[in-house]
Amino acid sequence: MNTLAESAVTALRLITSFDPVLLDIVRLSLAVSACACLLACAGGLVLGAWLGVARFPGRGAVLTLLNTMLALPSVVVGLLVYLLLSRSGPLGFLGWLFSFKAMVVAQAILVLPVVTALTRQVVEDAERSHGEQLRSLGAGTFMRGLLLTWDERFALLTILIAAFGRAVSEVGAVMVVGGNIEGYTRVMTTAIALETSKGDLPLAVALGIILLAVVLLLNTLITLVRRWRERRDAGMAGWLRMPDLTA
Amino acid sequence: MKRSASILSLDPELPMAPQAMAAGPALFSLHDVDLHYGPVRALRGIGLAIHAGERVALVGSNGSGKSTLLRVLHGLLAPTSGTASCLPRNRQALVFQRPHMLRTSVQNNVALGLWLRGMKWRASRQAALAALARVDMAELAGRNAKALSGGQQQRVALAQAWAMDADALLLDEPTANLDPHAKREVEALMQEFAQPRAGRTMTMVFSSHNLGQVKRLASRVVYLERGRILADLPVDSFFNGPLPEEASLFVKGEKI
Repeated sequence: MNTLAESAVTALRLITSFDPVLLDIVRLSLAVSACACLLACAGGLVLGAWLGVARFPGRGAVLTLLNTMLALPSVVVGLLVYLLLSRSGPLGFLGWLFSFKAMVVAQAILVLPVVTALTRQVVEDAERSHGEQLRSLGAGTFMRGLLLTWDERFALLTILIAAFGRAVSEVGAVMVVGGNIEGYTRVMTTAIALETSKGDLPLAVALGIILLAVVLLLNTLITLVRRWRERRDAGMAGWLRMPDLTA
Repeated sequence: MKRSASILSLDPELPMAPQAMAAGPALFSLHDVDLHYGPVRALRGIGLAIHAGERVALVGSNGSGKSTLLRVLHGLLAPTSGTASCLPRNRQALVFQRPHMLRTSVQNNVALGLWLRGMKWRASRQAALAALARVDMAELAGRNAKALSGGQQQRVALAQAWAMDADALLLDEPTANLDPHAKREVEALMQEFAQPRAGRTMTMVFSSHNLGQVKRLASRVVYLERGRILADLPVDSFFNGPLPEEASLFVKGEKI
């Protein structure tokens, strides 16, 4: 109890004094997860939207596989990326192992099924509810996917925030492919694991507090976006105008 | 728009009339159409011809197949068997019972239908504004369509259908779930839209539970029961002439 209290006090001192080591770790952690989410969203939103509206033989099997990938253990993803990027692996020539890029790739692979599966669910629900009306207006499969994704943009924003939360709080994949090198690939979660094993609890606690704060902030953002959407749906369109689609 | 075929003769006992009398080729022609949702037979042996200028009301209990029949006419559902020869979808417009408004302005919602049919976006928005003026909603063009009341959303859907300059207007219980005032407004617009436009006759097919509305708007009534057409008569004959027992009970309000 005494150790916990002392660690917490020291941790708060580290945070309030903007300790440079702490800040570097936090900055790197947020940058890796942000880049990974951007990558995962680029693919996941398009793939999820398409899966939400398209009907093809074997779709059920694809969805089962996708849902299974939601439970991908992060260390397994780390191992897979490690094997791909190691010197003897097929992508070894890139020289990305134990680098920022390797961590981004690993987290992107981890988050891609989350973005894809949740986007698919949101778009499919929308398709079931009003896809028929869009078909009646003349929208084909691809156009319906685009329109429904755009119409559900606030729900999808929530998914993106949740995906960032998943990325920033995982430890296994970045540990395996990043190597937890100080000042280079050390992120919040790997630093917490290392500092705890070394017995340097104040830094671990400080990082833990910041990580929790980040997750709390993300959840607050999700709530705010939801409320904002409800308020917008009951109010004026204003800035919600469609982009100029003039061909 | 033709769908696959095996033509059987219609039951000669059924009270039928107007399609034989109407002039010119039918805009919609169904022969012995069956449609199954898995084990459920939603439509059975439907034979129906609708000609230009007709105002056809589809009536019947819940689950009788009215909405399914409208979707077949609009080309959203293909018959399991039988032949459906219908006006191309880009020459007709369907107004849904609960139209969905996209999360954008009223004007953009109306313009979207035109844009999807090939009109430039800017021109679509201008045409949308004119259509909104037609339903007396031009002042709400910039409003978020999601924030409108049910009656206003139905009027936006009618404006969208109007903007498409279609030859046939299909409406699936357009006044269900509306308050009496909104019902009257929507009904007045339906009446207006059914009038000839720029020398072209407008054909209207709508489903309804409201028999008063059917009397006011329809020229012909098709009564459906468990996916079958049991009566197909001019509106006067439907309300004043002899009917099969089920249809008669429905008209008397003893069958919902």
